[in-house]
Amino acid sequence: MTTLPQLSNKPTAHKTYWLVALGALAWIIAYQIYEPLAEWLVYGAFRLPEDSRLSESLAFFLADVPKILLLLSGMIFIISIIRTFFSPERTRALLGGKREGIGNVLAAALGIVTPFCSCSAVPLFIGFVEAGIPLGVTFSFLIAAPTINEVALVMLFGLFGWRIAALYIASGLTIAIIAGYIIGQFKLERFVEDFVWKIQSSADATIEKLTWENRIERAWGAVREIVSKVWIYIVVAIAIGAGIHGYVPQDALVGIMGKQAWWSVPVAVLIGIPLYSNAAGMIPIVSALIEKGASLGTALAFMMSVVALSLPEAIILRRVLKPQLLIVFFSVIGIAIILTGYLFNWIM
Amino acid sequence: MLTIKILGSGCENCKRLAWLAERAVNHLGIEAQIIKVTEYPEIMKYNIMSTPGLVINEKLVSAGRIPSEAEITTFLTDALERA
Repeated sequence: MTTLPQLSNKPTAHKTYWLVALGALAWIIAYQIYEPLAEWLVYGAFRLPEDSRLSESLAFFLADVPKILLLLSGMIFIISIIRTFFSPERTRALLGGKREGIGNVLAAALGIVTPFCSCSAVPLFIGFVEAGIPLGVTFSFLIAAPTINEVALVMLFGLFGWRIAALYIASGLTIAIIAGYIIGQFKLERFVEDFVWKIQSSADATIEKLTWENRIERAWGAVREIVSKVWIYIVVAIAIGAGIHGYVPQDALVGIMGKQAWWSVPVAVLIGIPLYSNAAGMIPIVSALIEKGASLGTALAFMMSVVALSLPEAIILRRVLKPQLLIVFFSVIGIAIILTGYLFNWIM
Repeated sequence: MLTIKILGSGCENCKRLAWLAERAVNHLGIEAQIIKVTEYPEIMKYNIMSTPGLVINEKLVSAGRIPSEAEITTFLTDALERA
């Protein structure tokens, strides 16, 4: 097994730990004061009348923006630290030699904690297949990794609470396990591009040794990268959500997005397809829609579709999958999402 | 002269890594050739499972992330010492 050069543990390590402690303290203080601050701004500084639509919307907006941004930076930091302990190489080693079934479950679970970017889907796919991991198990991983999205998870937790966040993880895992298992049963190996089977790379993997300082630096890098990318969508979406909160009458959406509208689930999934990579911007709006009568299953199906059915990912995977397999892959995920939506509409 | 290879299909992260590597080379004032490797059979020869990958003189130094410019500078000076 080859190892990358050990990154040095410089004498700056103490400084890094101090910065983390200071950051944590600042975070806790900010988390305590954002709500009274928003109230004070609306009713104290701006002197807006209580119970007006404008002040209600504005208070909602001023409280939710700092709340979500704080939760996002704090939780992405923790998730990223956890992810430095899992690499695609380690995941591959864990999945090697597992049978289908148990392999699908493990692959879906590892899909949550393994760092993944859709641009790496191809090398990952090749690496798995080459290691003899069954196609269905590989797909369970490739479905779970983008579907259980950390930004979406944090926002669901912030806007709906832990139950819905847990429900989101559970449905993402279920979809990944079942869809991967079904695809595995079809025996579609012949629809993997031929060059994949011909690739011969040396069998040993490269595993990097990291110090705690490296882990903290990388997690901080991830926080900066993600927050700088999504904050604008979050602010705009919370503004729209706040507008819906204040101005749309209660239960206005029961008719078109409620449980009784059976067609709302597949329609929600279709609408979600072109909105890829924008889970951050969708969730505050979805949250407001639910408040006005949209049903939870429909909303969950919509969010799953936004994160899991993405056109750019399809284009990337086309490099290794023949069109037939690509169509099976996305159809099975789509059907699984629709069924999950109906399931939640039925049980909730 | 160093040979630097950027492994990746040409996504945003790969472009950023190439840009950082070029900056590090210029700041060090060394001679280096930067090659972008975009074909998967070629990329997989370095046995990586996540892109972008950074290879200096045929030695893989990082994969699946964008190292900082300071880190790349260290990789480059290490490679120069070995060469």
